[in-house]
Amino acid sequence: MSGSLTSVAYIGATILFILSLGGLSNPETSRRGNLYGMLGMAIAVLATVFGPHVSAAGLGYILAALVVGGGIGLYLARTVQMTQMPELVAFMHSLVGLVATVVGYASYIDPTASAGMSPAEEGIHHVEVYLGVLIGAVTLSGSVIAFGKLSGKIGGKPLLLPARHWLNLALLVGVIVLGQRFLAAGSIDAGLTPLIVMTVLALLFGVHMVMAIGGADMPVVVSMLNSYSGWAAAATGFMLSNDLLIVTGALVGSSGAILSYIMCRAMNRQFLSVIAGGFGGDSAKPKAAGGAAAPAGEVTAVSAQETAELLKEASSVIIVPGYGMAVAQAQHTVYEITKVLREKGKNVRFAIHPVAGRMPGHMNVLLAEAKVPYDIVMEMDEINADFPDTSVAMVIGANDIVNPSAQDDPGSPIAGMPVLEVWKAQTTIVMKRSMASGYAGVDNPLFYKENNRMLFGDAKKMLDEVLAALRA
Amino acid sequence: MPQVIGIPKEIFPGEKRVATVPDVVEKLRKLGFSVVVEAGAGEGATIGDDAYQAAGATIAPDAASLWSQADILFKVRAPTVEEAGRLREGQTLVSFIWPAQNPELLKQLAAAGATVLAMDSVPRISRAQKLDALSSMANIGGYRAVIEAAHAFGRFFTGQITAAGKVPPAKVFVIGAGVAGLAAIGAASGLGAIVRANDTRPEVADQIKSLGGEFVPVDYVEEGSGVGGYAKVMSEGFQKAQRETFARQAKEVDIIITTALIPGKPAPKLITAEMVQSMKPGSVIVDMAAEQGGNCELTEPGKIVVKHGVIIIGYSDLPSRLPRQSSNLYATNLLRLTEELCKAKDGQVNVNMEDEVIRGATVVKAGEVTWPPPAPKLSAAPPGSTPAKAAAVAPVAAKKGHGHGGGGEPMSAGKTAALFGVAAVLFLLVGAFAPAAFLGHFTVFVLACFIGYMVVWNVTPSLHTPLMSVTNAISSIIIIGALVQVAPPAVAAVAGEGLRPDSLIRTLAVVGIALTAVNMFGGFAVTRRMLAMFRK
Repeated sequence: MSGSLTSVAYIGATILFILSLGGLSNPETSRRGNLYGMLGMAIAVLATVFGPHVSAAGLGYILAALVVGGGIGLYLARTVQMTQMPELVAFMHSLVGLVATVVGYASYIDPTASAGMSPAEEGIHHVEVYLGVLIGAVTLSGSVIAFGKLSGKIGGKPLLLPARHWLNLALLVGVIVLGQRFLAAGSIDAGLTPLIVMTVLALLFGVHMVMAIGGADMPVVVSMLNSYSGWAAAATGFMLSNDLLIVTGALVGSSGAILSYIMCRAMNRQFLSVIAGGFGGDSAKPKAAGGAAAPAGEVTAVSAQETAELLKEASSVIIVPGYGMAVAQAQHTVYEITKVLREKGKNVRFAIHPVAGRMPGHMNVLLAEAKVPYDIVMEMDEINADFPDTSVAMVIGANDIVNPSAQDDPGSPIAGMPVLEVWKAQTTIVMKRSMASGYAGVDNPLFYKENNRMLFGDAKKMLDEVLAALRA
Repeated sequence: MPQVIGIPKEIFPGEKRVATVPDVVEKLRKLGFSVVVEAGAGEGATIGDDAYQAAGATIAPDAASLWSQADILFKVRAPTVEEAGRLREGQTLVSFIWPAQNPELLKQLAAAGATVLAMDSVPRISRAQKLDALSSMANIGGYRAVIEAAHAFGRFFTGQITAAGKVPPAKVFVIGAGVAGLAAIGAASGLGAIVRANDTRPEVADQIKSLGGEFVPVDYVEEGSGVGGYAKVMSEGFQKAQRETFARQAKEVDIIITTALIPGKPAPKLITAEMVQSMKPGSVIVDMAAEQGGNCELTEPGKIVVKHGVIIIGYSDLPSRLPRQSSNLYATNLLRLTEELCKAKDGQVNVNMEDEVIRGATVVKAGEVTWPPPAPKLSAAPPGSTPAKAAAVAPVAAKKGHGHGGGGEPMSAGKTAALFGVAAVLFLLVGAFAPAAFLGHFTVFVLACFIGYMVVWNVTPSLHTPLMSVTNAISSIIIIGALVQVAPPAVAAVAGEGLRPDSLIRTLAVVGIALTAVNMFGGFAVTRRMLAMFRK
């Protein structure tokens, strides 16, 4: 295959990738979108393998690596639980980061890569290598930590080192200084040392950055790492002068960036303050003035039996799932309950807050797994106005996203965050394991509202009992 | 030994309600009490003795045996002198009492040495709403007032165009938009009438509108909210303006329903004889305040009278005219009170005077008059808090609007200018120093970022997870970087740069390919699996 043919194939692949992302705008077309992605990837790989940059000697190696890696990937894809999707995504981000680092090193120690370049071009090439390795390493270690946090191997509490902002700054300065020495290095061997030291610093930076971010900010972190993995690919593209890589990397990078932005907006927080970490731990944040924030009143607890009664009498029900539902693996029971209620002619819908769960769209995937039809799963903006006409709003394992003090109490740490206005429903039922406050550490006045009932216990167990009572 | 709850038959003439219903009997028994019902107690509400028995209650043959068996008595109407005489020391009576209107009764009850809880004295705080019998009875009364009016009124409520001619809709004017007034507004608009309503408290305007009514304001500025969600007595100037408004309405409307009450005072006279005279013949006035003297000058409590061709209904037993419904709701109110009195669910009541709700309701404690209670700490609607709340909510509401796309309001001009400035400087720098080959790639990069931006905004939020996993799979395009390094075609070694460390690079590249392959195959496969689950 000639060089021009390869280029044409790359253009085709690029278009397919764009179509692939475009297809996801709607569940109907999303499957085709995924197909476009696969097709584009196949074309890109084949065009490269049979293109001018790969000689016949490499085919055996490539095939072997693809078979081994592909086998592992398919196995993972088949066995992963839908509740573990955030972990899987974080794990895969780390792979992209690792590959970007490895390719950067390989490109650097390859003298033929920069053969025939003018000094300016070579300088730029080196900057690209440096940046590629840097972004790759940060993505790698950040994703590994995110994976650990999401899978519970590392605690979700933000780790707040003293003077952590200065630490980050010091790391940044170190990276810049090392970059200068790297560029000034006369030979490949001499340049390798600063490159390796920088890689270590970048790894540390990634670890520190994600360690400082708490559990509920994970949707932002995961989408941010998604973005980084794209930028890593784009940097590699610059390094290898490959437009396909640049375009694809930029697509992925901007997609991740937009997701991060959407997540931040859903929490009414600045991207930078999320990244800087440590939400809720800042003692500098003044407590709400006086006792105004401390909710008064008493909590009305109900049994699963009574919950079932309330649901039976309701004409319309909105279910608000949160991370608690994912943890308890309760989505199938939720769907069974939905089915029973729908058979009784009740209008049952789901309200999804953008940051419910640990990853953008996490709840949607879980509900889809449980076979909940997507046309009864609503976004916050679609459904918020409907709460006043709803008989029962059932909150399953969510807290901060239904906290009325975000609207009522300007002194609250979550003031201004858009929330699902469940308290406007005639009755709300909140399922929770205990009265503990949510991630933000803010007490929730919803629990004390007159029309609120608390159903304490493990979500799965309680919902099973509710289901049994409904069927009885 | 569980305490016995006794339900006597109501002996007030015409009273059809009963203080408990079989459903509630079961729940009282679950709290640990046993329940005794006087024979025939549920007759007026068409509940037979067998229904009570089926729910686990025992039947007492007559009032005397019931009063002697019971530890706690649930009643609807305030006890008569004869009933109060049956009360003995240690017994607890829960009923409507109206202590302000019945000081004699209160004395007699105290003399008996009993404990008495008045359902009409339950404080109006949010926590006590579930046992607020006044509200639940007022709700029924408001509904029934409309039914009575419709019954007496000689025309349709709803407007119709029929073959026999056009029927204009009835016009209903409701005075006082408390619980009863709002129920009346809802019921009347449900029947198809044009409903207008007035209240001295301006904050109820929205509630009136929400039930299909139209708020008729009085052109005079004065805040009419008193403590506890009730209205207060208004100034002379206001009352004059109010009378003018009502006089205007009286000429226009067909039906007036008045619900105006001021706690502890006779009902305000709002509808004068002249206003009645100005109404169309056949019009109806339902005076829900008849028992407290009536809002209309011509009302005769407990009766229907026709004055100046206008039918004036002064029934004081509207809730009792819907006996099944009102017994049911009242019984539930009593059940909630019992739950408050018996937190341990052990069948023993504990009149805890520390509890604000119970303190408020208790008018006699073991022979001692404890009425009136100290002033309530909280008002149902603290004045002044409403605008603050509205202000806090407003910015959030403003940010809504369109869906996930579009990113809210446009940036301010200054911000945009600054952004453009920074971008321009960056581009200048790049243009000045970068070689031509780099610029080509840079162009592609910037354009791709924009395409990504445009495309991804269209992605629906429910597909964010598949989006991430597919972009993740697509970012395996980095495999190309590894592919081209496995075995590139031989290039002449460049002088001075040394030989290419082939095997090392190949190892790195192969590892890279294998790792990306995990990502590539895994990413696409898992996305496929997820998307297959999304269904209608």
